[in-house]
Amino acid sequence: MKPYAWSLAFAFILVGPLLGALLAGVDRRLTARMQSRKGPPILQPIYDVLKLFEKDTLVVTQLQTLYLWGFLFFMVIAGFILFLGSDLLLSLFALTVSGIFLCLAAYATNSPYSNIGSSRELMLMMAYEPMLIMVPLGFFLVTGSFRVSDIIAGSPWQVLQLLGILVGFLFVLTIKLRKSPFDLSSSHHGHQELVQGMTTDLSGSDLAIVEIGHWYENVILLGWLYLFFAPWGPWIALPISFVLFFAEVLVDNTNARLKWSSTLKASWLMTGVFGVTNLLLLPVIS
Amino acid sequence: MSFLKKSPWVLHYAATSCNGCDIELLACLTPLYDVERFGIVNTGNPKHADIFLVTGSVNEESRKVVENLYAQMPDPKVVVAIGACALSGGIFRDAYNVYGGIDQVIPVDVYVPGCAARPESIIDGIVRSLDILEQRAKERKRQRKMVAL
Repeated sequence: MKPYAWSLAFAFILVGPLLGALLAGVDRRLTARMQSRKGPPILQPIYDVLKLFEKDTLVVTQLQTLYLWGFLFFMVIAGFILFLGSDLLLSLFALTVSGIFLCLAAYATNSPYSNIGSSRELMLMMAYEPMLIMVPLGFFLVTGSFRVSDIIAGSPWQVLQLLGILVGFLFVLTIKLRKSPFDLSSSHHGHQELVQGMTTDLSGSDLAIVEIGHWYENVILLGWLYLFFAPWGPWIALPISFVLFFAEVLVDNTNARLKWSSTLKASWLMTGVFGVTNLLLLPVIS
Repeated sequence: MSFLKKSPWVLHYAATSCNGCDIELLACLTPLYDVERFGIVNTGNPKHADIFLVTGSVNEESRKVVENLYAQMPDPKVVVAIGACALSGGIFRDAYNVYGGIDQVIPVDVYVPGCAARPESIIDGIVRSLDILEQRAKERKRQRKMVAL
């Protein structure tokens, strides 16, 4: 293991949330511009979280804070493994555990809104997990290794070999980023059927932890997206992944929310049509 | 410098109003006024809110809701009453079923007059409430320190 890999992993822990906050800020500004508004400052998500630490935290149950720290901890672990250049599959498992912890926190607060929110979140996990697990599998079949460092050093043609998996991944990325049409577990805007979904009963520093966890998650997902183009080097791969990442904002602003059943059907259909087909065709292509 | 001033999240409740003020309030979120420039977000959730915007003359039914929402908001918080009805009951003041003014039910910090209140005056009211919010935040910080000691 090279020493710079360690520095990258530690940089993720320290700089990761900042980068994630900037991504969220650009996201909000882009959304505003698409609605012909001026939009908030780029640093607005950071102001929001710093404000949340100034507010009181209403505790419904002591467990909620524990679960939320679990959510944040496993999110950081998932990113740490990814940026260390280590096992991609392990990173995915840590990411999933972290998602489960968020659901547990929402269930623990016992509000009907957060209960429905976390039921829907579990349903969404069922929708996106098959596709997500196909990403490391595809990389393994192409490069012969689950290690991120080997994938980065892989052949430049891997993105073409994994094109179907990339399309499927971009589809479930919309779910993972909680964007319309799949934002059914946490309706981000006011006056909607779930109030705020999973975060209904979380306030103050608890809500801040959720936000920081989402910042880390954004960076991790951007990292996953980067992996597809990684062999081309950062100067080509980074702009492509940023463009694809922010294409999700366009999708967010042009779609109405789906029901959970249509979401499940659509994502499994995409997984089948693009992911599984790609996997079956891999021996022929490579 | 308190970050509360940079990211005030508002909760809007129409306590038996005619919806005139509510439409003007929502107009603040439209591209013309776009209060999100100042970090103001309309949350539908009292537990996330910093500023409580109430319109309408309260009656017995909405009194419970107003009190409940106010109690659910974490400190520091401020209340802004919007429109003639929320200030004094307006033209419904003499009606047998209304309380006549939000301040009959919960403490109000800023009063925004008008029938219906203009979006400009609503934004002005929110901006004025920010100073009170910052003061409350300082006070709350002091209280927390005293509890810790």
